[in-house]
Amino acid sequence: MAAISIKDVSKVYNGGVTAVSAVSIDIADGEFIVLVGPSGCGKSTLLRMVAGLETISQGEVAIGPRVVNDVDPADRDIAMVFQNYALYPHMTVYENLAYGLKNRRTPKAEIDARVAETARMLELQPYLERKPRALSGGQRQRVAMGRAIVRKPSAFLFDEPLSNLDAKLRVSMRGEIKRLQRRVGTTSIYVTHDQLEAMTLADRLVVLSGGRIEQIGRPLDVYHRPATTFVASFIGSPAMNLVSGEVHGGKLALGPALIDLGATVPTQGTVTVGLRAEDLRLHPEGEGSLPFRVDYVEELGAQRLVHGLVGDQPLVAAVSSENPLPATVSLSITPSRLHFFDSASGRRIDRPGDDRPETLAGGLPALEAAAS
Amino acid sequence: MKRVQFSSPYLPYLFLAPQMAIIFVFFYWPSVQAIQSSFYLEDPFGFGSTFVGLSNYSDALGSAQYQAIARFTVVFTALVTFLSLGIGMLLAVKADAVLKGSAAYKTLLIWVYAIAPPVAGLMGMMFFDQHIGPLVKFAALFGWDMKVGLNYNDTAIAMIIVSVWKQIPYNFIFILSGLQSIPASVREAAAIDCRSGTRRFWTMTLPLLAPTAFFLLVINMTYALFDTFGVIDVMVKDKAANNPITLVYKVYMDGFRGNDLGGSSAQSVILMIVVFVLTIFQFRFIERRVHYN
Amino acid sequence: MNRIRLLDHLVLMLGVFVMVAPVVVAFMTSTHEAADIHRNGLSLAWGGHFTETYNTVLTREGGFTGKITGARMIWNSLILGIGFAAGKIVLSMLAAYAIVYFRFRLGTLFFWMIFTTLLLPLEVRILPSYEVMNRLSLTNTYTGLIVPLLASATGTFFFRQFFKSVPEELLEAARIDGAGPFKFFIDVLVPLSRTMIAAIFIIMFVYGWNQYLWPTLMTTDERFFTLVRGIKQILLVWVGSNIPDYNEAFALAILAMLPPVMIVLIFQRWFIKGLTESDK
Repeated sequence: MAAISIKDVSKVYNGGVTAVSAVSIDIADGEFIVLVGPSGCGKSTLLRMVAGLETISQGEVAIGPRVVNDVDPADRDIAMVFQNYALYPHMTVYENLAYGLKNRRTPKAEIDARVAETARMLELQPYLERKPRALSGGQRQRVAMGRAIVRKPSAFLFDEPLSNLDAKLRVSMRGEIKRLQRRVGTTSIYVTHDQLEAMTLADRLVVLSGGRIEQIGRPLDVYHRPATTFVASFIGSPAMNLVSGEVHGGKLALGPALIDLGATVPTQGTVTVGLRAEDLRLHPEGEGSLPFRVDYVEELGAQRLVHGLVGDQPLVAAVSSENPLPATVSLSITPSRLHFFDSASGRRIDRPGDDRPETLAGGLPALEAAAS
Repeated sequence: MKRVQFSSPYLPYLFLAPQMAIIFVFFYWPSVQAIQSSFYLEDPFGFGSTFVGLSNYSDALGSAQYQAIARFTVVFTALVTFLSLGIGMLLAVKADAVLKGSAAYKTLLIWVYAIAPPVAGLMGMMFFDQHIGPLVKFAALFGWDMKVGLNYNDTAIAMIIVSVWKQIPYNFIFILSGLQSIPASVREAAAIDCRSGTRRFWTMTLPLLAPTAFFLLVINMTYALFDTFGVIDVMVKDKAANNPITLVYKVYMDGFRGNDLGGSSAQSVILMIVVFVLTIFQFRFIERRVHYN
Repeated sequence: MNRIRLLDHLVLMLGVFVMVAPVVVAFMTSTHEAADIHRNGLSLAWGGHFTETYNTVLTREGGFTGKITGARMIWNSLILGIGFAAGKIVLSMLAAYAIVYFRFRLGTLFFWMIFTTLLLPLEVRILPSYEVMNRLSLTNTYTGLIVPLLASATGTFFFRQFFKSVPEELLEAARIDGAGPFKFFIDVLVPLSRTMIAAIFIIMFVYGWNQYLWPTLMTTDERFFTLVRGIKQILLVWVGSNIPDYNEAFALAILAMLPPVMIVLIFQRWFIKGLTESDK
């Protein structure tokens, strides 16, 4: 087990395309880090550079005390779980688990012991003599996990390991991965495009976009204090409403509506305002501060998503489905629940009322300590 | 290529060495020699050779005999290509259509592929034999006195029949696998959109088969030009003078019987150009084929 | 609907008849005596002289030197077929492995040099090839028979195509598992290619067994004659005689087609796979 440090790492392909630019992450020993972002954001490339499957164009990756830029993947003491599992189709489950150990000249008795232990942990004992094609998707996934665990590496690298599973299995495997990682305590880097998976698994999240880090932080911190409009719209479902507004004095103008901001006025002039759908409350017309024209309603069972317009800007409100929906409605929101972003750069504008320090790209020492 | 590759200063060369060595000695060297000696006139008694420029080419292309053989080759190639492709396609479409016995038909129709051209030629000789050949007797019913081996046209017809017979399975296999790769959903959509089976074939099946058919067109042409050598060699029984032969056979005759190294080489180079053009054609269509898949 | 199906079956049966009947007739006729065939023509009935004819064909020493037997020719054909197929697989797997799995400077150049061999079949360069073989004194040797036929890229392309379809993650997983180039090739790639190897072996065996032009040029010594190469000789002897040995000619034809036909029939699935995927 080891800490991993990624320092100013960039990846520039031969054609001049930059996939990752100057990314730095410090990962504590035993920490579960999730790299999340839309496809093409560089998260897989970053992971593969840590694995040694891609060369590092600039910067430095260290696993434990050792800089591994020029170390062969086999010698980095890492294990990887692939999206399509990459099980050797001609080998039995036992052979799949043992292959890496065998190549490292582990004594036969120890291989047997370790494979047995791993199989027990993953409940794979009945399948050791089977070939991968005779296994179900979930079992294959567990073999892929087993192949990583059996090696007892310094770090696990997961490359979207659950995206080939159906929705139900994905939820249960998610739990299993989390549980296993807790149990063996191995430092892990996990790549996914699914923000829900990221939220539920991560000790800390790294949100990436266009090869850059948008934000690093604990899932709830990222959720409650997104550092940029990108993070705001990417993390959370439904996505945070982003509308443009004007701050004049102590009031925020959103289309026709005026909201009193009280004491915590962030800035003056044009801003992008973020409103979480679940922070919005529904009132009969005239009672809330935001006049709202309902467009259509999605019933999700526990929740009801009301889509409509404030002025000419679209907005979604998530409300409980227990109360009947009035014919004409208005919305209200607690001013402290509003998020403000610079309308040009998209960066968060902090307000004096924000109760915790902002967690910006690069990570703060205080948070490192809190996470480990 | 792969995203991740090994890098080693000598291993790839080591792995490629055997193939490259063989290609150099048995492909590049002879090919260069063919081109080179096509510009020389070799003394028949082996006393050196003289540079004659393009005269080997002009001799070949200018000779009436060469032109006649070239004409026959074109006719032969066209007939063998279209007949074997047409019959192969007919059988494949039918085998794809029937529900029962499809596998049995398939097995029975493909195995002739494994028969060597000269063996097919030998069988052809028997079936067109003056004495015992059933096909000659059959022709006689229509008052046609077939003299294969003696009469130019009769020999040509026999050659074409044998060559087509040998090539049908190849076309059958490819078209059948082409048909079977048409997704069931597309067929079902077509069945809903179009009532007439014949119309469906022309408007849906055939366009989807077009890439396979173009590919087979080139393969069949190459077959008719080169692989039928065995059929022809057996069926003309060394009496090429008054029998139909193809250009490849003439290259062989001039080179090995006539000892005309320069002339034979010039003809080789002409054929090389033909094949070259055909192959370029083929690769363009293969690219299309990939798009369709 | 039913009438259409009936028509389909009729067309197919006619096709099967045309493809199969000549071979059945050839086999049946080969079991008759030569004089019988001469008198009555080809036959669809069993002639009862199967053992004699095939025994003669396999063991009688014949040819111009009086030394060559059918059995010997079958042996030579087997050497050519198996040697060619095995050689092709080894060469092309190694070359394709280098091209697909290694990053090296001359890779593209080599690829195109191999690719070019597809452009010119052996038939258009027979005479110079023969000259080269003469210079290397490889005529009338098994090496001369087999090796020059290997100088084409079909197999290499087949394996290149297949290797490219192997999921990339397999190599990545293997590298993380500590497998180097040799280990990956032997532990992962070769076992994965088993079906492909079988398919290409069948295609190449049939191709090698059926070679005619090249053996005709390369072998003047009858001890190296293959069965297919011997066909012409049979005809030459036959043309002169009074009552031609039709039965023996048919028997040799049957023997010459038996091994490749059997292989194609038995391994039909692999054969079709190999054929439709290698000729792309």
